Amino acid sequence: MSTFIDRRQNDRRKHLDNRERFLRRYRRHIRRAVTDLIDERPITDVIDQADVSIARRDIAEPTWRHANDGVRDLVLPGNREFMPGDRLARPAGRSGSDDGDEAGGEGHGSGGDGRANDDFTFTLTGDEFLSIFFDDLELPDLLRNEAGDLVEPRLERAGFASDGPQTSLAVLRTMRQALARRIALGAPLRRRLAELAERADADEPAPDEADEPSGSDPHEQERRALERRLRALPWLDEVDLRYRRLSAVPRPTSRAVMICLMDVSASMDRRRKDLAKRFYTLLHLFLSRRYERVELVFIRHTDQAEECDEQRFFHDRRTGGTTVLPALQLASTLIEKRYPADSWNVYLAQASDGDAFGSDPEFSRHWLVESLLPRLRYAAYIEVGGPERHRGSALARAYARIDVAHFQMARVARPRDIYPVFRRLFERRERQGAPS
Amino acid sequence: MSGLIASGSEWSFASLQAFDREIGQLAVDEYGLDCYPNQIEIIASEQMLDAYASTGLPVSYRHWSFGKSFIAHEQAYRRGASGLAYEIVINSDPCIAYLMEQNTLPMQALVIAHACYGHNSFFKGNYLFRQWTDAAAIVDYTIFARDYVSRCEERHGTDAVETLLDACHALKDHGVSRYRRARAPSEADRRRRDRERAEHRRLRHDDIWRTLPDSRDEDRVADADDGTLTEPEENLLYFIEKRSPTLCTWERELVRIVRRHAQYFYPQGQTQVMNEGWATFWHYTLLNRLYDEGRVDDGFMLEVLASHTNVIAQRGFDEAGFGGINPYALGFAMFTDIKRICEAPTAEDRAWFPDIAGGDWRATIDVAMRQYKDESFIGQFLSPKLIRDFALFSLRDDSDEDTVEVTAIHNDDGYRQVRRRLAQQYDRGAQLPDIEVTGYDQAGDRSLTLRHRRHRGRSLAPGADEVLRHAGRLWGHGVKMQSVEETD
Repeated sequence: MSTFIDRRQNDRRKHLDNRERFLRRYRRHIRRAVTDLIDERPITDVIDQADVSIARRDIAEPTWRHANDGVRDLVLPGNREFMPGDRLARPAGRSGSDDGDEAGGEGHGSGGDGRANDDFTFTLTGDEFLSIFFDDLELPDLLRNEAGDLVEPRLERAGFASDGPQTSLAVLRTMRQALARRIALGAPLRRRLAELAERADADEPAPDEADEPSGSDPHEQERRALERRLRALPWLDEVDLRYRRLSAVPRPTSRAVMICLMDVSASMDRRRKDLAKRFYTLLHLFLSRRYERVELVFIRHTDQAEECDEQRFFHDRRTGGTTVLPALQLASTLIEKRYPADSWNVYLAQASDGDAFGSDPEFSRHWLVESLLPRLRYAAYIEVGGPERHRGSALARAYARIDVAHFQMARVARPRDIYPVFRRLFERRERQGAPS
Repeated sequence: MSGLIASGSEWSFASLQAFDREIGQLAVDEYGLDCYPNQIEIIASEQMLDAYASTGLPVSYRHWSFGKSFIAHEQAYRRGASGLAYEIVINSDPCIAYLMEQNTLPMQALVIAHACYGHNSFFKGNYLFRQWTDAAAIVDYTIFARDYVSRCEERHGTDAVETLLDACHALKDHGVSRYRRARAPSEADRRRRDRERAEHRRLRHDDIWRTLPDSRDEDRVADADDGTLTEPEENLLYFIEKRSPTLCTWERELVRIVRRHAQYFYPQGQTQVMNEGWATFWHYTLLNRLYDEGRVDDGFMLEVLASHTNVIAQRGFDEAGFGGINPYALGFAMFTDIKRICEAPTAEDRAWFPDIAGGDWRATIDVAMRQYKDESFIGQFLSPKLIRDFALFSLRDDSDEDTVEVTAIHNDDGYRQVRRRLAQQYDRGAQLPDIEVTGYDQAGDRSLTLRHRRHRGRSLAPGADEVLRHAGRLWGHGVKMQSVEETD
């Protein structure tokens, strides 16, 4: 009378459609929440646990309900001391908690209702977060370079296999296989039969005697045995079964390296480093969205440059003057040694307060234009600093004369500025002649 | 056939089948429950959340609000604020029940007894379900609805469909008919009626009436269905679907889909106490019976009882965690109490329930299950003993006064009033505002007039204007709302 069905292996992602609709509908709210998130959160864990809150009233679905006025009679359990006619103070903040029922599916065991706060909070997955964050943003000149890392296998049709799920049985192929087998296995038998027939024709042309050779004739016996064997050849055998074969073929995907350059001299205080860090983080988010694999290289410099790890890059402080050129030269060396431009997309992001002295800005500009930019997909320079300097630093003035489409620069003074700047830097633009 | 059915706390399909067989035998052969065939499906927690979001239907059309509801349930579940249901059961034929894979064996047995025999027989027997739902067709209908909605999205755009569904959802609660509509007379009926009328006139013919001035009464009766509104219509979505001057065919079909869904769930809202009480009563009775026969061991029964007591816990109004009257507790107590009144009536019971005291409990609860809904069930069967057990009392909260008044408690003077008040609490009028279509200016500006009858002076909660705008969007022309006091 009862049927049991195991549904556990069924599709568990039925709800994703509806979720996507929900996200689409409240995209504006969610984007605002995401922007706030970037602002408030320490950068390192922006993506994991992207909790987004929307005010409950914004997503309410109103229906006609009774307001809490007029006359209401309530029946409640648990009376201990009340007598008829007692008058009680109206309990505060508990009005309307007696809503009869929210008609719905049956079910029991769910205790308590979770409408604790005024905000509807939920967690975006990493992908959702990034897709909202980078909506409308696109890296300029996004070339798929020569096959780099081989990631993400895709299933492709790849001939036939003798084993596989029933659903991918290749009927035509199977029948062809069976036909071939029958022909092949039957051929020697038929050949022998033909021989026998020929011999019989030659030996005994008399038809009346051929009627009753009565099994004694060894040829006749052999003929019968052969015919039996022919008949016993199965029409379809298990060895004939062929299945369409799918094999995982790795698809070529591009890889990128992002070189972070930062001035860590004493003039770069904590606040400025923090601004720079946000910029790098965003750039990294963006690149990891676009490329399967993104490597990070950190180069810090005072008047000399060195490669270091992320921790020291952001948190160690150095003393010394400021010269940009060595850092750019180091970047060139690294690119030459480790990241040849024909198999890597190389990005350069430089942050500085712009302090540079003497001839350094000009030399740096020259190096950047002549030796670095031709090998880069994209380079960005942001100047972190107070709003006090209007004309920009020496370095900024020098860089401002670079007129190449894949170099951009901007000034950032407050955390709030980062996102718009970032957007401006990476806005969709016409693709124009870029280095290959 | 005696001895333990299965032991341990891990379930397997074999042990589930064994339990289903035993419980089914008891329920059907011995207690005479009339059930649909069962289709029991084991699902994982994520699928349970899925089923929640689509209000318990196995298939549902796509809409953002289901996504929102999924997220809400999921967050609550992840935070640990709420557990998941052990099961969900769908009023369909065969009756589909979802069992969570995490349940232990005793829990699965409890859930099978509760859902697959308790709820199942309720769905099949109760008059509201029989009248308003078509269990055999619902799954096919939801599949049709899903496909239809997605075809509309392809053809007319997701946004257009979403806007329309939003509006329908806002009016969903007022897209329900409480009374069966008279079947429209067929052409043959109409012809026969005309014939009979003509015959009647011929037989009663008296030439003298010709001398009186013509009152034209008969013309009016004959033309009664020319499209003007003769009576208020409580089912707003029905009215809009049938009469909206602007909706396209596909839009009408979407309105109809939402309306049919709302109507399908209408009986569940009206029978929550009874339905849960009935199912709880039967899982308790059936599993105790298995225990008495030595078919399950002590450990099994302890786990069942622990869960059972959790389910039927009723907190007092001033205790932490109080969430209103627990339908499981009240319903279970009432069915158990009816059985007690039949088997061992006291003098009080004989005075209050002369017709059932000392009768056959099986027959009595069967009638109760089939012919009542929450309101009438409580009004009929809540006994003074239960009012004492629950220590029920009645409060009057009049917004014109500063204090609330205790109007009745569990004493001789109060029983009837408490019972009446509690029954009214489950009346649809107390739960939802009474709003009807009263006018349609077909010849003029085509505006629709709604009338809100204030239930005991209660106005509409904030957000009502928003709903009215939704109604206007559906109707395509102006929609006005009048508010009047209840007349009685």
